[in-house]
Order: sequence, then C-alpha cells, then structure tokens
Amino acid sequence: MSRKKLSRREFVAATALSSAALITAPYVRGAYAAGKLSMGFWDHWVPGANSASTELVNEWAAKEKVEVQLDYITSQGNKNIVTIAAEAQAKSGHDIFQMPTWWPQSNAELLEPVNDIMDPLIKLNGDVNGTVKYLGQADGKWLGVPASVGSQIKGPCSRIDLMKKYANIDVQEMYPAGSAPKADNWTLDTFLKAAEACHKAGFPFGIGLGETSDNVDTAGAIFQSFGAQLVDAKGNLTVKTDAVRQSLEFYKKLLAFLPPDVAAWDDASNNKWLVAGKGAMIMNPPSAWAVAKRDAPQVAEQCWTHGFPAGPKGRFAPYLPFFWSIWSFSKNKEAAKSLLSYLSQPASIEKMVVASGGYDLPAYEKLTTLKVWEEVGPPKGTLYHYPNPFKHQTLSIAASPAPPKVAQQIYFQATLTKMCLRYYQGEAMEKTLAWAEGECEGFMRS
Amino acid sequence: MVDVALQSSRTATAQAGRKRAGLRNALRRKSMSAFLMTLPLILLIAVLVIYPALYSLHLATLNKAMTKFVGFGNFEFLFKRETFWLVVKQSCIFAISAVVFKALIGFIVAHFVHNVPANKQRKWRGMLLVPWVIPPAMSTLAWLWLFDPSYSAFNYTLSFFGLGPIPWTGDAMWARFSVILVNVWYGAPFFMIMYLAALKSVPEQLYEAAAIDGANWWQRIWYVTLPMMRNIIAITTLFSLIVTFANFDIVRILTAGGPLDHTHIFATWAFRVGIEGSDIPLGASVSLFMVPILAVAAIFILRDITKRGNES
Repeated sequence: MSRKKLSRREFVAATALSSAALITAPYVRGAYAAGKLSMGFWDHWVPGANSASTELVNEWAAKEKVEVQLDYITSQGNKNIVTIAAEAQAKSGHDIFQMPTWWPQSNAELLEPVNDIMDPLIKLNGDVNGTVKYLGQADGKWLGVPASVGSQIKGPCSRIDLMKKYANIDVQEMYPAGSAPKADNWTLDTFLKAAEACHKAGFPFGIGLGETSDNVDTAGAIFQSFGAQLVDAKGNLTVKTDAVRQSLEFYKKLLAFLPPDVAAWDDASNNKWLVAGKGAMIMNPPSAWAVAKRDAPQVAEQCWTHGFPAGPKGRFAPYLPFFWSIWSFSKNKEAAKSLLSYLSQPASIEKMVVASGGYDLPAYEKLTTLKVWEEVGPPKGTLYHYPNPFKHQTLSIAASPAPPKVAQQIYFQATLTKMCLRYYQGEAMEKTLAWAEGECEGFMRS
Repeated sequence: MVDVALQSSRTATAQAGRKRAGLRNALRRKSMSAFLMTLPLILLIAVLVIYPALYSLHLATLNKAMTKFVGFGNFEFLFKRETFWLVVKQSCIFAISAVVFKALIGFIVAHFVHNVPANKQRKWRGMLLVPWVIPPAMSTLAWLWLFDPSYSAFNYTLSFFGLGPIPWTGDAMWARFSVILVNVWYGAPFFMIMYLAALKSVPEQLYEAAAIDGANWWQRIWYVTLPMMRNIIAITTLFSLIVTFANFDIVRILTAGGPLDHTHIFATWAFRVGIEGSDIPLGASVSLFMVPILAVAAIFILRDITKRGNES
C-alpha cells in the first residue's frame, strides 16, 4: 500500500486554497445550505396582496438556497407593534421585521444598519422622499429599507359628482389623469369654502378629530401647511407661535362644517362615511375606494384621489411609510440583506404594487409612475395622482420635524387633534397652548 | 475496631431507614401531598405571573431608553403629569361606579332568580350568564356598533321618540357612561351567580324566625340576608374591583381612551404610553401604580372578613 506524504508547503497551500474558497463563496449550493431566515411582514388588508410578497420571497429563497419562514402579522389590534415590543425585549424573534412609521427610530439601537444596500438601491430606483429619510435614518445610519408594501399617502379622496354640484369644483380637471395638476387655486381657503358648501348640502367632509392615525395625519398636514410645529427639529418647544394659533383657528372654522360626532371617529369611520355615500370627501389612501368598488360600486365610480390643499407655507400630504428592518440579533444578516435588496428591485416593487391594486407606494422617485395607477378604475385614472407623480406636494408626517422619539409621542397621544378639539369646545387659545406645551415638555424625557 | 465498624454501619442503616420513614411520613401528610399536587400550578404561576410582575418592576425603574437605573424617577415624573392624575381619577370613577352598579344589579337579579320556582331556575341562570360568558372583546364590538358615532342603533331607536342623537362615545360624559354601562352589563352576571349561591346557603329557619318576630320584607333583607351574605359580598367586591381596575378591552375597543383622554384608565393609558409611544418603562410604571391602590383595598376587605371569621 503506497502512501503519499504531504509536505509542509503542500499542506499550507491546500489549507489556504480551501479557506479562500470557503470565504469567497457567497452561499454553498445545497438544499438550504445558506441557512434559515424568518420574516415578520405586515398582513395586507387588500385580498391577495400578500401572495406577491410570498412569491418573491420564495423565488429568492429557491435561488439562494435559504430556508425561509414568512409570518404575516396584522396591524389589527396593534398586533404588529406588540410583537415588535416583545421581540425587542426578548432580543429574539424574526430576522426581518416590517416596521411601521416610527418603530425603526424607537428601536434604532437594536437594528442592523443597511447603508450597504440602501446606497445602491437609491442609485437604482432614485432618491427617497424627506419623510422616509426622517423616519428611516438615525445619525446617517439607515435603520431599514423602505417597504413599498403598506406605505401610503392619506390624501383627499373626493366625490366627483358632489364636489362639482355643491362646491363647484371639478376635481378631475384639477388633477387630470395622465398630466400635471392644475391646482394652484386648491388652497385651504377653497377647501374650507367647499367644506361649508358640502355641509350645507348635507354631504359634509368626513374628516375625523379622534385620536387614531387618520385623524392625526390630516391635522398634521394642515398644521404643516401653516408652518406650525409643536417641537422643532432641534427639540425646542414651538407651541406658542402664530402658526399654531392660525392652525387652531382654521380647524375651529372647519369643525363647524364637519359631522358633529367627529371627536369619536376612528380609522374606520371615514371609510364608512365615504362608502355609505354620506360625504363629499375623506382623507384616506385608496382602501376606502377599494371597499366601495366591492360594496357600493356607484360610489366608487365617483371617487377621485388627489392632492392636498395648499396652505400659506406650502402643500403637505400625510405619508406613512413602512420599513423592512433587520434585528441586530439576527443570525443571518447577509441573507436578510440579500432578500431586502431583491424585494427592492423595480420589478419586485411593481409586482407588489400591482397586487395591492395600487394601494402600496414605493418610496423611490423613479417608481411613482407605474402603469397600475394609470389603469385602475373605475373611474379610470382615479389613482393617477395618488403616488404624487409630479412632486406636487411635500410628503410629510404629523409632528415632524420634531426629533422622532418626541414626535412619536405627539403623534400617538394625538396632541394635535386634542388641541383642535379643546379649542373648538370653547377653551381659551392660550390655555390650549399651555396645555400642549406641558404635554410636549413631558414627551421630551429621555 | 470491628464493633466500631459494625456500630457505624448500623447507625447508617438506621439513619437511612429513618430518612425513608421520614419521606414516607412526609408523603403521607395531607399538606405535603397537596403541595406536590399543586406544584405544577405553582410553577406555572411563577413563570407566567411572578416573573412578569418582577420584570415589570425592573422595567419601571429604568429610563426611557432602558439603559439606566432611575429608581422611582418614572413615578416622580408621572406625579407631575396632568394626564396621569386624570387617569387616576377616571380609573377610580370607572371601577367604583361599575362595581357598585354590578353589585346592586347582581343582588336584585339574584333575588328575582332565587324566587323563581326551582324547575325554571336553571333556564334563567343560563340566560342571565350569557353576557359573562361571551368574550368581552367580542361583545364590546357589538356595543361599539350600537354606539357608533354615525350609525348608532340606539340613536336610530331614540329618533322614533324625537330624542337624540346622543354622542355616546364623542362626549366626555357620555363616553364615560358608555364604558361603565358595558362593564356593568358584562360583570353583573358574575355578582348575580355569586349572590345566588350565597342566598341559597341562608338557612330558611332564620327567615321563619324573623317572620314570627314580625319582620317585614326590608327588615328580613337588612337583618338576615345581608349579614349572612357579608363575606361573599366582600370577596366578590374585592375580586371585581381588581378586575375592573385592570380592565383593558372594553375601554380600548369602545373609546380607546378618548375623547380628550376622558375615558383612559390605567391599562389603556399604559398601553398608549408604553407600546404605542415606545416608552415601556413609563408604561410599566403606570400599570404598577394600580398595585398599591388594590393592595390597600384588599387589606381592608380581607381584614374585615378575617375579623368576622374570628368573631363567629
């Protein structure tokens, strides 16, 4: 039996070669050779929208030989944010979690920076809007990849017929499908007159003043249109300013033309208002229109989603993005980044947007003119201006530009809508401002 | 030497025998076997109740970023907040008024059921327990639709009499009334069934003796029924007070604390601050604030029961 002796040089060379091969090979091709990856994605309320995400994840998993576990977690009853809190406390759970608006910031210390994938994605898909940067970045570190799934603009969804008949406003002419908006006259003054006219006609605008997201978002955009901030970007209290006073005066006038029960409205109230045919306008993403298409087609045929009215300091629309974030305790970060990069390719994004019937909004500027928004209907073109294709309005979130951890408190404590309601119910302006200042002071604790 | 060796081995055997006998005796003792049988439950409670309770105590002593020990800092902060005192006030209004009405309605209904002929009682008991056996999250959803700001079935009915519309969840006073009403509707059957059991245990001879003494209906209630039911009333009240103070689902579903925070109670505000506002230490502090209030109530009520037990 012959036995070949291995020289020291041969041994060193063989070891070096095999180590190099192991290090440079991204994934070893074998069944699930690249490990496991688990994801907690937001459970979409558009029927069938989850299937596009599932298909994309499975395609990627088959290509990269990764075993995936995909959970869809509903936001009903805040189950998603409760799960985020639980995983953050346990430092265990999914590798990737789809986080709504404020949660990447509130968990910033527990998230893996994704600058290495965000920079190429921005080069590929175009820049992201300011709200995505505000919510998704901390000290130059990207806390997640903006997810098109679930991201939305809560702009006006008007009844074409009622607005034309009672407010003398042709919303289709103002925001024509396929071309730029001609909405210079679409200001808060015009909006207020239209609200009054529709109220008189028995079809008041369905704008809530409760404590849930839809109510706060509208108030946020209106405050920003006046340049009103409760706390500025540096964390200074700016409650007692003329801009805030103007916003409250505006809301006081507007409230007189809204349904009397708006203080109790939640996020479903405005949808029901539109679908029941009771109002001429609501502020919502196209989910209300989608429900109307199913339950009240005669209402859906008259719906037109368009831009926000402009105030003295500009035209602002509420924008609520979701982010796909990777927990720092994830055991397969490279695979997670590879998947997020795959989900953010233009073809993947388009597939998900189409599956949502145009509800989902990509954050990237090159992806706001997808065909789906031109084509969906009835009426055809109803969602053309939904993704803000002409950058006609500044996409913003209520309580910004306050430091995000302070802004989150202002947002969830509904300080803006509470201020409007207190002032409307007869509290003196300065007392309302003092109350809000006290609240904001409390939100600044670290 | 041999003797010594034998002695020591004999001692060891005797010791082992004593140990075995001791173990046997211990196992034979009722308290020991009871302890062993309840051990799985004790462990379960330790894991599911004691650990989270201690963990929430730990959380309540951390700063917002959960990086620093602040002792009672979170409580000091809360004591300076106007909204916190509003929540304390509302929790007391909510719990005390709901428990009083639940007890009152439970007491009255228990008497009615007690007076129903025995063969028909089961049917009544079953029907009256329905609110209590439906998961509150589900039944509250039905109430939410009845109170719906725009499509309230109550307002629709009231409109036939030229009344309303009432802002059931949109006005502070009505919203408080609505959440208390639903809690009373949900909890009264529990009182009813407890009081019914207590009523059945009052010896009939006492009523007969009272009747011979010429006691009227009210005197029979005041001097016979109530004293005999005192312990049950106290324990039921304590139990219900704890559960009502800690309520979450009814308020969360019906008003989510609004309007203008006027229906927030400890649990809903703790959720708002801790989970929605991502300030978990402050949320933990809010929910822990209930503990001393309930502990004081428990001490007084239980002391009273023990005192009466000793007297009798």
